[in-house]
Amino acid sequence: MSFSIKKQGEICVVDVEGQLIVGNRQELKQKVLDELEKGEKKFLIDFSQTGYIDSSGLGVLVSLSKKIREQGGELRLANLNDDLKTLFELTKLDTLFQIADTRERALESF
Amino acid sequence: MTAADGTGERRHDAVGRVTLDRLIPSDVREIEPIVELVTRECRVLALSARQCALNVPVALTEALSNAILRGNRGVREKHVRVRAMVSDSALVLEVADEGTGFDLDACTIDPTRPGNIEREDGRGLFLMRSLMDRVERYDRDAHNVVRLILNRS
Repeated sequence: MSFSIKKQGEICVVDVEGQLIVGNRQELKQKVLDELEKGEKKFLIDFSQTGYIDSSGLGVLVSLSKKIREQGGELRLANLNDDLKTLFELTKLDTLFQIADTRERALESF
Repeated sequence: MTAADGTGERRHDAVGRVTLDRLIPSDVREIEPIVELVTRECRVLALSARQCALNVPVALTEALSNAILRGNRGVREKHVRVRAMVSDSALVLEVADEGTGFDLDACTIDPTRPGNIEREDGRGLFLMRSLMDRVERYDRDAHNVVRLILNRS
């Protein structure tokens, strides 16, 4: 599993490759918080390469959502497959996050 | 009933169920490989694509995470035993830790309630219950066992 962050214009795009679970969630959290501390405000997390997410991973996304909002920033999620969409629907986190079908649509939504 | 030797070998028991049995140290880095192993076997044994991509990996990750971090309090020297039994009708997963257990019925947090949506924790047991047909907890040989049952779809 790995996380990479690239700048696309003024948006930080985070790719999550593999699983987002208890063993690696802190790595994602720290990478995004580092960018937030540098003054970045707009974040897009792309799940097109993601397998599954556990409750710890969902918790980190909730935490990041709050911290980004507190700093006046915005977070978008993109490219959830059907299984991940089900996970967000089950937990009703689809009501908390702005989720786009594609990276392009998410980028346009800022 | 099963070849419970902790080697992780796949075996067939007397009534034709396929059984995996593995002992892992209490380290969250151990979760992904064992979940991958169990999920791979589920694919081979023709559980549905949805069950192999969502129900099994997420619910088993939750059970392992609880066992390692809560049951065994992250003490690496303590072990977690994972057993998976697949029959024609269902998958049964058992995760045993060295902790004192917990009251499953008392864990009733609903993370989908409006006031709980922004909580960072409290979704683990909810996900196990949502993704499995049955979740049980019991004590066996001074170990705390969580049993997850998923009917074939």
